[in-house]
Amino acid sequence: MASLKALKVRINSVKSTQKITKAMKMVAAAKLRRAQEAAQNGRPYAERLEAVMASLAGRVGGVGASPLLAGTGKDQVQLIVVATSERGLAGAFNSNIVRAARRKADELIAQGKTVKFYIAGKKGRVLRRFFPDAILADHEMGHIKTVAFDDARAVADDLIARFLKGEFDVAHLFYSKFVSALVQEPMGIQIIPVPMPAKTAATGAAAVVEYEPDEESILAELLPRNIAVQIFRALLENAASEQGSRMNAMDNATRNAGDMINRLSIQYNRTRQAAITTELVEIISGAEAL
Amino acid sequence: MPLHFELVTPEKLLRSEEVHMVTVPGTEGDFAVLEGHAPFMSTIRDGQLLVQRTAGGAPEPIAIRGGFAEVSDKGLTVLAEHAD
Repeated sequence: MASLKALKVRINSVKSTQKITKAMKMVAAAKLRRAQEAAQNGRPYAERLEAVMASLAGRVGGVGASPLLAGTGKDQVQLIVVATSERGLAGAFNSNIVRAARRKADELIAQGKTVKFYIAGKKGRVLRRFFPDAILADHEMGHIKTVAFDDARAVADDLIARFLKGEFDVAHLFYSKFVSALVQEPMGIQIIPVPMPAKTAATGAAAVVEYEPDEESILAELLPRNIAVQIFRALLENAASEQGSRMNAMDNATRNAGDMINRLSIQYNRTRQAAITTELVEIISGAEAL
Repeated sequence: MPLHFELVTPEKLLRSEEVHMVTVPGTEGDFAVLEGHAPFMSTIRDGQLLVQRTAGGAPEPIAIRGGFAEVSDKGLTVLAEHAD
């Protein structure tokens, strides 16, 4: 049986842990609201861009199309961009993304493809352990407090430059889709070459649109922007997912700490009671012996 | 008849309102959009968007950077990378 002193120390230590997890949960909840708002605010732009892409889709294409759209004609070197958070203690958030990325990588390797990784976010660095020779780059994101479009742009520009240099043929982006505060889903999407949205039936019948300068130049400007927007959206979803996941994890931790405090308190009281009883018995039997 | 004008950046939907006329800095020169403009799409250069709420009213400048403008039967939509 643990001594009273030891139990007391233990209870206090669990109590202070609980204080920390409770505070972290509260902070995550506050940040979640902001992150969710940011994710929602980003939606109109992405939707409109998609609509414009769709209306352009049928007009351009064929031989003269940009490599960002048509691809390199190969699919040998596959790049996996893994977007994770900078901090841990968010439940299974980061490991889910990394696991999804690893599964994809194993699948591609089994097909005989060359897989490379592009890490965006500190917690993706665990991939070094599994694929030490396949890390193409590690994009530093540590300084970012709230994700701005420029941060996504920086990643996109870097990716496009590498793509045009021929470092890879196809790029996939892995992140966590924010479904609700309780549910986050790891997701993988193809970002390069840009998957063209299906041409909607309505655009065919619409009035003739005049383009300035011309369709190709507009599309050429649109494609890198589309990639940046995809990455931006992924980063925003990630930010919201991270906070949601952390909120849950910390909620559970707080509850577990509470249970543990209850259990330890009962044990502490029992031990104390036992000590008092023993002491009384000693006094009484001592008095009787006289 | 007012023109429906929307200004969107990746970060948020900045404006969605009925205005009289908007002057957009297009890559190949400025152009102004009134209600009933023919469908049109243009990339934009960094510059100022001039929004006139009423005919003859003072134009309100909005600095924008990078993006493009689309005119459809629904009105004018400006997708800019930065705006303030």
